[in-house]
Amino acid sequence: MGAQLRVYRQKIKSAKTTKKITRAMELISASRIAKAQQRVAASSPYTRAVTRAVSAVATYSNIDHPLITDSGEHRRTAVVIFTSDRGLAGAFSSSVLKEAEALSALLRQQNKEIVYYLVGRKAVGNFSFRRKAYVREWIGGTDLPQFDTAREIAAELTGAFLKPYEQGGVDEIYLVGNRFVSMMVQEPDKIRLLPLEVVEQEAVSSSEVFPLFEFEPEVDKVLDALLPVYIENRIYNVMLQSAAAEHAARQKAMKSATDNADKLILNYTRLANAARQAEITQQISEIVGGADALATVTED
Amino acid sequence: MSRELNVDLVAADRQIWSGTATQVIAKTTVGEIGLLSGHEPMLAILVPGQIRITTGEGKLLTAECGEGGFLSLENNNLTLVVRDAQLVS
Repeated sequence: MGAQLRVYRQKIKSAKTTKKITRAMELISASRIAKAQQRVAASSPYTRAVTRAVSAVATYSNIDHPLITDSGEHRRTAVVIFTSDRGLAGAFSSSVLKEAEALSALLRQQNKEIVYYLVGRKAVGNFSFRRKAYVREWIGGTDLPQFDTAREIAAELTGAFLKPYEQGGVDEIYLVGNRFVSMMVQEPDKIRLLPLEVVEQEAVSSSEVFPLFEFEPEVDKVLDALLPVYIENRIYNVMLQSAAAEHAARQKAMKSATDNADKLILNYTRLANAARQAEITQQISEIVGGADALATVTED
Repeated sequence: MSRELNVDLVAADRQIWSGTATQVIAKTTVGEIGLLSGHEPMLAILVPGQIRITTGEGKLLTAECGEGGFLSLENNNLTLVVRDAQLVS
């Protein structure tokens, strides 16, 4: 076998191995998207209930709660970046990091100091490579977020928010993560978490009036208890969305990688065939040439 | 008017139970409260404890909730929101 042919065969073999891996990852992600979406769906009754309750309280109390009141002056902003732990998901993590970078540029223009909180190994890798400082990281489990992690993040952020600025507290918190739009589209999205803007995610008609609730204990206490729950829930929701988006992005990336491997295999097979044919042609002409030469020798 | 409450018992990551009930007893910060249909709208904070639901079929369901949460009731729709809970019977 000629050298050229051997090279082509090697390349085909390597493309085939790659294809096997990417194909397997594609199938795994495809099966996990459904599960991740179910988790988003399973948490939505909770989200709805919490959001509704917070809106109800907010309408019936003249709010003066530290988590809602906007100090007006934002000097330090926390940006929480939600990426994935693992790569091979196309532009999943980099698009979030880019979005976070854009947000940071905007905030810096407004003369705000920025502190970062990172979720996912990819964000941590990016930050340590660029030698950028961050406050805290959460690694592991981005493809299957646990509520406990969300609570931990919420506790840390709320703590930072309630601390006065002079002691290193923040005045504003943004969440940057991927949002699952469809199987084909995942969008990086930023949400201002604190100070809160209570948003009804399911578009409830604005004309809807909440009944006059009886609060037990007082309104303020209820709000005290509800807001942390709401914040936890928002963070959990972002994490679930991000997980669903991660699987979708990975499936898409792995699908195109498999297609590319197929294309490579096809091209190299053609080249290998041509090389083999050329080798055979060469051998025949050598034999013919040799026989010809022998024939002329004996004639003499 | 119906004599039943529509109850949703939800945890952070899943719905635990949903159905109709004639009576729900839950533990709030100011004590146990029993809710029947026709109760006025209310929002209350729950503390760890048992939630007892008498279902529309007359069965008694008990949920053990290890952490607090809250309940909201309006128009006979009761939503019990807890961080985590298990149905024990």
